[in-house]
Amino acid sequence: MKLKKTVLLGATIGGLLAGGYASAAEQFIGLPSYRVGPYAAGGSALFGAWIDYMQMINERDGGVGGVKLVWEECETEYNNARGVECYERLKNKGETGNSVFQPISTGITYSVLEKVAQDKIPMVTIGYGRTDAADGRIFPWVFPMVTTYWSQASGIVNYIGMKEGGMDKLKGKKIGLLYHDSAYGKESHAIMDKLAAKHGFEVIKIPVAHPGNEQQSQWLQIRQAKPDYVILWGWGVMNPTAIKSAAKTGYPREKMIGVWWSGAEEDTVPAGSAAKGFTAAGFNVAGTNYPLIKDIEKHVYAKGKGNMEDKSRVGGVYYNRGVVSGIITVEAIRKAQEKYGQGKALTGEQMRWGFENLNMDAKHLASIGATGFMPEMQISCLDHEGSGKVKFQQWDGSKWKVLTDWVDSDKPLVRGMIEESAAAYAKEKGITPRDCSKEM
Amino acid sequence: MFYREAGQFKASYQADQQIFPIRQDRVAVWALIVFFAAVVPVIADQYWLKAILIPVLIFSLAALGLNILTGYAGQLSLGSAAFMAVGAFGAYNFMLRIDGMPFLLALVMGGLCAAAVGVLFGLPSLRIKGFYLAVATLAAQFFIVWALVKFPWFSNYSSSGVISTQEISILGFVFDGPTSKYMLTLAVVVVLALAAKNMVRSSTGRAWMAVRDMDVAAEVIGIRPMRTKLIAFAVSSFYCGVAGALYAYTYLGTVEPEGFNLDLSFKILFMIIIGGTGSIMGSFLGAAFIVLLPILLDNFVPSLLGDLVSSSFVSNFQLIVFGGMIIFFLIVEPHGLARLWQIGKEKLRLWPFPH
Repeated sequence: MKLKKTVLLGATIGGLLAGGYASAAEQFIGLPSYRVGPYAAGGSALFGAWIDYMQMINERDGGVGGVKLVWEECETEYNNARGVECYERLKNKGETGNSVFQPISTGITYSVLEKVAQDKIPMVTIGYGRTDAADGRIFPWVFPMVTTYWSQASGIVNYIGMKEGGMDKLKGKKIGLLYHDSAYGKESHAIMDKLAAKHGFEVIKIPVAHPGNEQQSQWLQIRQAKPDYVILWGWGVMNPTAIKSAAKTGYPREKMIGVWWSGAEEDTVPAGSAAKGFTAAGFNVAGTNYPLIKDIEKHVYAKGKGNMEDKSRVGGVYYNRGVVSGIITVEAIRKAQEKYGQGKALTGEQMRWGFENLNMDAKHLASIGATGFMPEMQISCLDHEGSGKVKFQQWDGSKWKVLTDWVDSDKPLVRGMIEESAAAYAKEKGITPRDCSKEM
Repeated sequence: MFYREAGQFKASYQADQQIFPIRQDRVAVWALIVFFAAVVPVIADQYWLKAILIPVLIFSLAALGLNILTGYAGQLSLGSAAFMAVGAFGAYNFMLRIDGMPFLLALVMGGLCAAAVGVLFGLPSLRIKGFYLAVATLAAQFFIVWALVKFPWFSNYSSSGVISTQEISILGFVFDGPTSKYMLTLAVVVVLALAAKNMVRSSTGRAWMAVRDMDVAAEVIGIRPMRTKLIAFAVSSFYCGVAGALYAYTYLGTVEPEGFNLDLSFKILFMIIIGGTGSIMGSFLGAAFIVLLPILLDNFVPSLLGDLVSSSFVSNFQLIVFGGMIIFFLIVEPHGLARLWQIGKEKLRLWPFPH
């Protein structure tokens, strides 16, 4: 915000003084943030980190390819109607309009899904949103990047297989699925049923009504069914409650595996010592011991320009996830500049090309200081997901400890489901899939 | 002086029975309709049409629905968002499952589905009153949203329970741009608002008000409370259902059951409290207040305070100001914005010679 004002002020003064003064190009990024309401704890860290990362790029490198990043926040309160208003408000700001929309809310994602294609603004949904949008032939403007819910479910089952010493050991096992009873939670059903049929385990689906601060009966059910593992597919206050109830019921936390919206400090710290041993999946890890986080501390916080009010949250799971949003945005700008030229602002269409051709291999990740921070990924016209890998972290009572390397999902199975679901959508909407061999 | 009906004689029953018997009102309503139908689409840009005017109109309709039930018939309800959901999913399923279903008919059918569900959940109102009834309608709120998530048939087996609406086309004309969608919304809202205005002064509306003011007395003078209350529930839910269908079709395009949560019900309730219970105009004023004020604050507060404080504070500060303004308006005028307008009208009538 500060930077934007300064830049604006500078531009105004420059314009007044010189008349014909040409200011440096600026890439506008609209941020539909939520800092109030029930999900404010997540929103403030996710968007704060994203802003910090862009600030760092501006401070350290003077922007991307000579183009300064500018942004404006719009408060959505995690509310779909407000999100649409923000989308429309941000759409035409900046030199070339909003160049990417990342709502960090599945509801808002759905609400603008068709609008982004009309307005030619790419929408990036990292770790949420519509899973079957990973089929880029049918959803050219939507990028459910890094990994989707279905890949994650499959990754968790693979991890359980690893722990048991082989996928064949899953036969006859019972896996409890404690899920948030909403569209988000039900996203897990189809994939878990498929995986259960494939590996011969049994899924026990146990819904928890929103907000989930009372789970006595659910855990009674778990105690009776005695599942070998419990997957916690939760959100918000449901997570610490589940962990505490597990402790009360005597269910070992080591056998509880959370999804990435159940595996942040905000979920474990309120559960106190009960959370020790709890494991969660994530497409990013916690911690400050990565060169790019160090750079944020050095170039942003040391200068007093940080966005987070509580600096100790830097390096938390949500914070680092926000950094992933920043990385992907910045790298897509870099990629698109390779094709469309540096030194000028990119349009939404050009940015879309940047996202679609993003290739972040080990070398690339090392060059931006993010080795081990997020998985390698390669986006293509066909595959808008790009990776599908997760790492597992365990809470040791005070911080997250990384347990595994990147665990892959059952690609053929997940991809098959994605294509099937996307094709059904295309049929309903009368969309002709793009021919990817013609895209370059 | 400006607002004096002296000298306007009604020489026929027809003139006496029109919806707006005072000429100034008639002129004002026509001017408003013409302004919104002919001038606004020309001067407003996409942002205004898509992000401001369409939602205000839709929420006005929902608030109108609740106002019929709560403001006129005196039955407190916290299920308006759920009835909107029924309308949205109803219209979607009629469009999906019946080939060549005309959109307007689907809209009406969606509204009728909501009316049927509304009557069902209105049954407890025959025995319980006031806040207790509000608790009973909470059941509708939770049950309907739960049912829409639980049974995948409603969302055509979408894996996440989200529906994505079909294209709107009436007599071959496709409503895809913001202007056409706005005009469609406006047309539906104007027709239903005039119908409501007419209804509340008919025998039905008078029966509602009699039940609201004292149901025992109403029963004594021959009004059947059961029928009256259930009609109120049906009409109110119909309005909410149509609003929900418009919300899905002309505003968002894609809706999920969770979007119609308790928060939205409360919001609609606040709209009628701020706007004025028992007033058609109040529904519009209240909806405009609740929808527009946060957006206005979000446009101005960050640029005023942005440099001084953190973004989190800016966001929270907006909510504080919003809440403060609600309290302010309720202290200044507990009967809502519509009452302010009424007082203004009285003043105009006497001006320039107040007693």
